[in-house]
Amino acid sequence: MGKDMNDSAFEEQVPESLALVSETSEGPQELLEEENTPRYELAAEFGSTLRLPEGIDVNPGDIDIEFADEKMIINMGPQHPSTHGVLRLMMELDGEVILRTKPVVGYLHTGMEKTGEGLTYLQGPTNVTRMDYLAPLSNELVFSLATEKLLGLEMPERVTWIRMLMVELNRCASHLMWMATNGMDLGSSSMMIYGFREREMILSFFEKVTGLRMNHNYIRPGGVAADLPDGWEDDVLSIIETIPGRLDEYDELLTGQPIFRERVDNVGIITAEQAIALSATGPILRSTGVAWDLRRDMPYLNYDQVEFDVIVGSIGDCFDRYSVRLNEIRESLRIIAQIVDKMPSGDYKIQDKKITPPPRIRIDESMEALIHHFKIYTEGFKVPEGEVYVAIESPRGEIGCYMVSDGSAKPYRMHIRGPSFVNLQTLPTMLRGGIIADAIAAISSVDPVMGEVDR
Amino acid sequence: MSMSEVLHVERSNYLATVTDLKNQGYEMCVDVVGVDYLSNMDRPLPEDVVPERFEVVANLLSLSKRSRVRIRVQVPEDDPTIETLFFLYPGTEAMEREVYDLMGITFINHPDLTRILMPEGWEGHPLRKDYSMGSVPVQFKSVNGAG
Repeated sequence: MGKDMNDSAFEEQVPESLALVSETSEGPQELLEEENTPRYELAAEFGSTLRLPEGIDVNPGDIDIEFADEKMIINMGPQHPSTHGVLRLMMELDGEVILRTKPVVGYLHTGMEKTGEGLTYLQGPTNVTRMDYLAPLSNELVFSLATEKLLGLEMPERVTWIRMLMVELNRCASHLMWMATNGMDLGSSSMMIYGFREREMILSFFEKVTGLRMNHNYIRPGGVAADLPDGWEDDVLSIIETIPGRLDEYDELLTGQPIFRERVDNVGIITAEQAIALSATGPILRSTGVAWDLRRDMPYLNYDQVEFDVIVGSIGDCFDRYSVRLNEIRESLRIIAQIVDKMPSGDYKIQDKKITPPPRIRIDESMEALIHHFKIYTEGFKVPEGEVYVAIESPRGEIGCYMVSDGSAKPYRMHIRGPSFVNLQTLPTMLRGGIIADAIAAISSVDPVMGEVDR
Repeated sequence: MSMSEVLHVERSNYLATVTDLKNQGYEMCVDVVGVDYLSNMDRPLPEDVVPERFEVVANLLSLSKRSRVRIRVQVPEDDPTIETLFFLYPGTEAMEREVYDLMGITFINHPDLTRILMPEGWEGHPLRKDYSMGSVPVQFKSVNGAG
């Protein structure tokens, strides 16, 4: 049945006599116009294994090519170097043209949401920080904000500004990493080296502040793990002085370069309607021209007190996504410069004995402090019953945390809404009608982090 | 922090309510979550809501109004099914598959309700509260001569 429909739909006009199909398993049946076929029947027929999930009726005539007689289904991944981890794509090809695609995920699934139910709120950030390993601080932040919302806590000013500083630096690091891998995918290995070089500056700063280069466990419910080290301003200033010049170099290396532009211009186009329908957020949504950024539209932390622009693209192709990310680094640096000016002095943890363990130095001199420390680290603190959803803008889009508490010291249910997981659904739409070499550019432009997709 | 509204909806009204909300300007469905309240049946709920074992929570977002609404639907244990939102919000495709995979709730009319994160032949739904952790026998445990 599926084959009949395919073949007849490709012919320009179906003769009257063919409108009645005599041999079907259900007896003679009238062959309806394609747009009369209910969407779910089409989805079931075309779909199941391969699908265009944008929910519009599939119209096989939307691609302007000569269809060869045979279609081919091939697998790309999960070990393909350009799939950014263990992403597998099933592609239906006609010659070199991609018709339908299905992303197959789950190869990195480690049950982190289930694990999260077994950890206390204080241990939670160690778990979630490993999801999106390129933006670990965003994960920790959304987890901590959700916990604090359940607790009904207001953070001291300095905590909020430190958190903003760290997540904005993290956004730069993540986008620089993306610039590097995107350059690598499109054949610019110099970009690979440059991107990693700049990211290294930020990671060194993270190492100084948090002790680790990745998976920091720095932002915790109740504050941050440690105060900024002495001289942090100098490090941050050297970052925000160095990187803009380097970004101009990238402009010269990539933005104006014809070979690069050939690979990304008009490739992997997605419209604003499709992006919204597919729940895409972050640079993918903004590249289509929708100015939606949670930092501006639903401000959290102190984003309403800093000035920055929301970068948008125009047609939603790979180049738009490239330039959105490139310019978002510039905006982040602008925010960081304001944060350095505004950083207040004060506590880096909330002074609430129920939530904050005593400082290390007190443990040596006070028995009560030792007991207090022991109690918090073994039993954790109790969080009032309730459920919250908190969302922030991670480098990849809206990362959300849905947390249910039953009044104990561990989350009853901890769900992370991963932006990469949802954004991956835009791939079939971006790839449709393009050639397989363009798929590399499109996959890269989605910026999936499989650790977060599979969780 | 933005405020978000919470709606408790009967399962039979779920699709109609979401359709209404979509027409009111909630353009995007950002998240679909399943929660298993097996060991927390006496959770606080409005008086007219009968608690069931499962809950499906859909998060809608309005870009134009800059607001969120969260729809909580009670789903009984003996019939863990609910209508799909795929035809309103195609982006819920993967999220609903995730809920099906990890929580075992069936979405009626979903075009491709298969496991997404767990392996295809997996038995059970890991995020259910009665899914025992650590009880899966380790294959090399009883190899002769080991240890």
